[in-house]
Amino acid sequence: MFVLVVGAGRVGSSVATSALRAGHTVSVLDEDPLSHERLDVELGQSWEEAGGRFTIGTALELDALVEAGIDEATVFIASTNGDNTNLVVSQIAQRRFEVPRVIARVLDPRRAAWYSEQGVQTICPTQIAIEQLEQAALSSD
Amino acid sequence: MAGLYVIIAGAGKVGWNLARELIEKGHEVTVLEQDRRRYLTVEQELEHAVQYGDATELWVLERAGIQRADLVVAVTGDDEDNLLICQVAKEKYLCERIIARVNNPRNLEHFKLMGIQPAVSATDLILRLIEHEVPRYGLVHLLDLPEERLEIIELVVADGAPAAGRRVAEMSLPDGALVISVLRDGSGFVPKADTVVEAGDEVLVVLDPGLEAAITREFVGENGLG
Repeated sequence: MFVLVVGAGRVGSSVATSALRAGHTVSVLDEDPLSHERLDVELGQSWEEAGGRFTIGTALELDALVEAGIDEATVFIASTNGDNTNLVVSQIAQRRFEVPRVIARVLDPRRAAWYSEQGVQTICPTQIAIEQLEQAALSSD
Repeated sequence: MAGLYVIIAGAGKVGWNLARELIEKGHEVTVLEQDRRRYLTVEQELEHAVQYGDATELWVLERAGIQRADLVVAVTGDDEDNLLICQVAKEKYLCERIIARVNNPRNLEHFKLMGIQPAVSATDLILRLIEHEVPRYGLVHLLDLPEERLEIIELVVADGAPAAGRRVAEMSLPDGALVISVLRDGSGFVPKADTVVEAGDEVLVVLDPGLEAAITREFVGENGLG
């Protein structure tokens, strides 16, 4: 698979390194050059030497998305630290570039739910935390 | 248009002034502002017509009564926010009319991609003004129908232009362009194939977008474009 990760914070960089270790083609787009270092550290070697791609740019710039290889991507992950950016860029990936699998990280549970009804696959870390907290706090044993 | 309920996202210069104008005209307005300090400033004048909150959050829109809004105007300084506010207003709350502000004209195509229209950018507005106000530009856009891929433009036929003194049938107009009206000495008529167009006539042309340059060459000449 060709995995394009937009936004390499804690979540994005972990997913990117796992995908690379699993043998997939991985390209990362982030506006902050510092996130490149995080990839190196997590991987224990240079990201590029391990075969990864890295592009500096903002998510909504079409040129940056193209440079990062969105035309070849089979999986697109929107994991910047902004819900709104993730929701917009994932719809661009889906509608304009017709990437087959598009996943957006959305912290706001209500919008995560509504957008997945609209056909944008969303992952909501907040919802997962709520469920786990409820389980931990309220389970009877 | 009396008695509309309008929700305005963003109490910046645009949102605040828009709210003031609409209230003056007798409409009901709620402005949403996510910056606490800005909210407190605007609240001194607009009082209950401004609410504190992030308009991209559904509960904030619902608290403002989006279910009964006739019009949602998103004029924050952030294009992603404006796009998503309008998308949710239109597709989740079925608001019939939305207007989005585009801060960076390069983002305009994202608004189009998601079907958010009209999307207004200040750059576009100024360009249109230039087309209207500067006659030597030669060409005035009267109507744009981007969905239908049609536009109607108005031109004054210049002295020495290829079209001046020619019959409509003899003009070298590209496919997708049609002269629909000629205005001469204060009155207009629909031209036929043998109508002779004269310098000084105002002509209305319906055309496919992108043919403006060819049309201008024919009616204004090579020197027409400033």
